[in-house]
Order: sequence, then C-alpha cells, then structure tokens
Amino acid sequence: MIDRIASFLDNFFLAMGRFAITFWRVMVWTPRPPYDFAQLFRQMVRVGVDSLPVVMLTALFTGMVMALQTFTVLARFDAESYVGSLVALSMVRELAPVLAALMIAGRVGSAMGAELGTMRVTEQIDALEVLATDPFHYLMVPRVWATTLTLPLLVALADLVGILGGYLIAVVLLGANPVTYIDNTYQYMELNDLTSGLIKAAVFGMLLSTIGCMQGYFTRGGAEGVGQATTRAVVLGSISILITDFFLTKILF
Amino acid sequence: MSTIESIIRLRGVEKAFGPKEVLRGIDLDVDTGESLVILGGSGSGKSVLLKHMIRLLRPDTGTVEVDGVDLATLSDRQITNFRRRFGMSFQEGALFDSMTVYENVAFPLRRSTKMSRSEIDARVAECLDMVDLEQAGHKLPSELSGGMRRRVGFARSIALEPKILLFDEPTTGLDPVLTAIIDQVIISLRKQLGSTTVTITHDLNSAFRIADRLAMLHGGQIIEIGPPNAFRASTNPFVQQFLAGSAEGPLHDG
Repeated sequence: MIDRIASFLDNFFLAMGRFAITFWRVMVWTPRPPYDFAQLFRQMVRVGVDSLPVVMLTALFTGMVMALQTFTVLARFDAESYVGSLVALSMVRELAPVLAALMIAGRVGSAMGAELGTMRVTEQIDALEVLATDPFHYLMVPRVWATTLTLPLLVALADLVGILGGYLIAVVLLGANPVTYIDNTYQYMELNDLTSGLIKAAVFGMLLSTIGCMQGYFTRGGAEGVGQATTRAVVLGSISILITDFFLTKILF
Repeated sequence: MSTIESIIRLRGVEKAFGPKEVLRGIDLDVDTGESLVILGGSGSGKSVLLKHMIRLLRPDTGTVEVDGVDLATLSDRQITNFRRRFGMSFQEGALFDSMTVYENVAFPLRRSTKMSRSEIDARVAECLDMVDLEQAGHKLPSELSGGMRRRVGFARSIALEPKILLFDEPTTGLDPVLTAIIDQVIISLRKQLGSTTVTITHDLNSAFRIADRLAMLHGGQIIEIGPPNAFRASTNPFVQQFLAGSAEGPLHDG
C-alpha cells in the first residue's frame, strides 16, 4: 500500500516537473527566430479543420440532449420557457469548452504523443539537436500555439452548433415557441459567459498540447514506450482538463 | 599519444541510468584529424559514450571538452550553436520521415545558415553526390533501403561542413558488400572534408578498414587503445576474445 502511494507520488511529481520544464522551454523559445509560420499553419489546420466534424457532432448532440433533459425537468415546474437559456448557458460556459477539449485531447494530444514519441525512439529528436535545432523550438512551439489559438475558435463554433441542436429539439420535436426560445437564449446571457468559455478553451488547448508533446518527448523504450506515451497523453490530458476546469470556473465566474 | 592536439577530451566520465552503471570513469583523447574507432560488444555503452561527446547525454561526474571548451559550461542556446562543428549520423539514419531526402539534407542549411535557395540547392546536390545518391532527392525515407538511408544521414550530417564527424554504428545490420561501400563512403568523406571522425561499431572488418586508432570499451572503461597493429597484438584477454569472435573467454552475455 505504502509502495503504491510512493510510486503514485513519484509519478505525480515526475509529470509535474516534466510539464514545468516543457512549458517553460516552449515559452522561452517562442519569441526567438526563426519563426516557422508554415508549421504553425499546418498544425492549426490539423487541430482546427481536421477536428471540425467530430467536435461539431459532439456539440450538436450535447445541445440536443441538454434540451431533452432540461425540458422534461423544467416541465415539472411549468418553467419550459427557460430551456433556451439553460441550454445556451451550459453550452457556452461549460460543456462546449470541456467536451471540445476532451475530444481534442483524444484526437490531437494523442497524435502529438505518438508523433514525438516515434521521433524520440528513432533518434529523430537527437538528430534535430545535433543539427543545431532545439526540439522544443522546432516541434513544440508551433504545436502548442496552434492548439492554444485554434481551440477557442472551435469552441465558438461548438457554442453555436450546440445552441442550434437545443433549438431543434425544443422547437421542432417538443413544440416550444420559437420566438420565446430564441429570446430566452439571448436574454440571460452576458458577455462574460462567452469570453470565460473561450478563455477556458485556450487554457485547455495549451494544457493538452503541452502534455501531448511532453509525453512524446520523454518517451523511452521502443514501440511499447510510444504506446504508453500516447495513452498517457490522453489520460493525463483529460484529467488535467477536468481538474483545471473546476479551478478556472471558480476564478472566472 | 599526443594530448596537446586532442580535439575531444574526456576525463573521468561516469554515467549511470538508475542502478545501471554504463560508463565507469572514461579517459579518452581524440586527436585532431584522426579516425578513431571505438569497439565494444552489444550493450557495452558505446552509443552512450558517443552521445556524451556532443552533449546529447551529460556525464554524472567527469568532464567532456571539445576544442578546449567544457561542454557542461555551455547554456542550452550556446550548445545549439556549438553543435554546428559536429556532424553525427545515427544507427538507422534517423531521417525526418515526413520530409524528402532533399529536405532532410537541406534542413540544417535552412535552419542555421542564411544561404539562398540556389546556394542550398547546390550544397544539397554536392552532399548527395559525395554519398552517390544524386538521383534520390525527391524520395521519401520510407522508399529507401537501409544502406541508402544511412548514406542520406551522412549527407545530412556533412551539410554544414563539420570539423568532427560522429558515426553511431554505421554498418550494423548491413550485408558485407553494403558495409564495404559505407566504409568507402566514410573514408572518402574524411579525405574530402579533412574532419576528425569517431566511429563506434562492433564490426571488426569495418573497424580495421577505417581506423587510425582503435579503442575497446568494456565494463564501462576503455581497456585498450592504439593503432591497428598494436591493437591486434594486444595481450588483453577481452580484446583477444573480441578479435577472435570466440564464445570462450572472459566476455559473456550479460
């Protein structure tokens, strides 16, 4: 038992230390030339455009199920007219940023872990260093910033699609009044709801990409090591998104 | 041997990974312009030793000096520049697999010189020519054979005209003919560039073809070092067993 706790703490502090090193070095290298805008753009396409379908699908169905659930519950209080605001507020403040970030952690964070992990075990990362190129600069700076910048854009779209999904269910399926529904969607929403959701998205983007890169960079031991790095990128990425979400919500709202 | 002219100097280098001591006090001088070959069995820490010379790994204790500079004193940014005097080729080539052969060789030129596009074109062609691969520029690493990948790795490592070339097991896993070809490439690169080379290998034929001096690494220490004839005549039982390729003797598996 004590062994287990010890090894857990060991791993925990190891991950924290690695995260701190990775994050620090990415920040230090960011302002230094040469600037690789082509690579930044390529990574943004990977995070943004390529993940669009899966994130939009997630948002659509989340909006739909939110409308279904809240409609049933609110009907007990004769408060069905508030479905619109409930769906919109939950999407914008909480669900769109968290769910989109979790999808991206699974899709992009894992890919970064696998890619950098493979580069590590085939000595491509050593080769970079030998060729007078810092791997944090060349590999991680574009990846981390691309994810940080793109995730809020994805979340803004997810907000819209989620609200649309709620509208479809409430109005088309459950027969709510379309005008009141849309009215309620806007009436109780403040700008802060939107911006804080987008700030969350940016922070999650930075977290999950840094974790993905770090797991790849510190990979040891062949194909099995790459597999572990990929798994850890997703697990650690998702857990830290959920934990950070709580504290961010506490700070931002 | 003369220590005045040494370009790489290791003193008391020790390195352990967890409980496993890989290097136990290495003292080694590489003379300017020579071709040193370090021999050793599988898992004897040859690669680890080589990686210390370019600070891909740092010693637990001891010092590594290159050109009179203690590598441990350089900041991360300084070492990045300092490494321009090195060219290193890796076991499997370590080519960037998302880039073509041309882009691989052009990579160091684009990253750390201000050469124009046409100058880069010319230099890449020159480097590929030196390893007899002038036609392969458009290919991806996955389309190349093992021997070709290594030659591209050589071409990439010489692009910046380094003073020191490090070869990590350049012929491992290649057939005897390819091995001979690679050895010739190494010898001709040295002639053309006038670089100091350090090669690690466990391939004896290859070692005696390219070496000015040979060293043997065993048990984390250099147990023998000298020119080919003296090395062959060594009375050290480990060296004798290694040279004879015999299963009987003091060397064993693990």
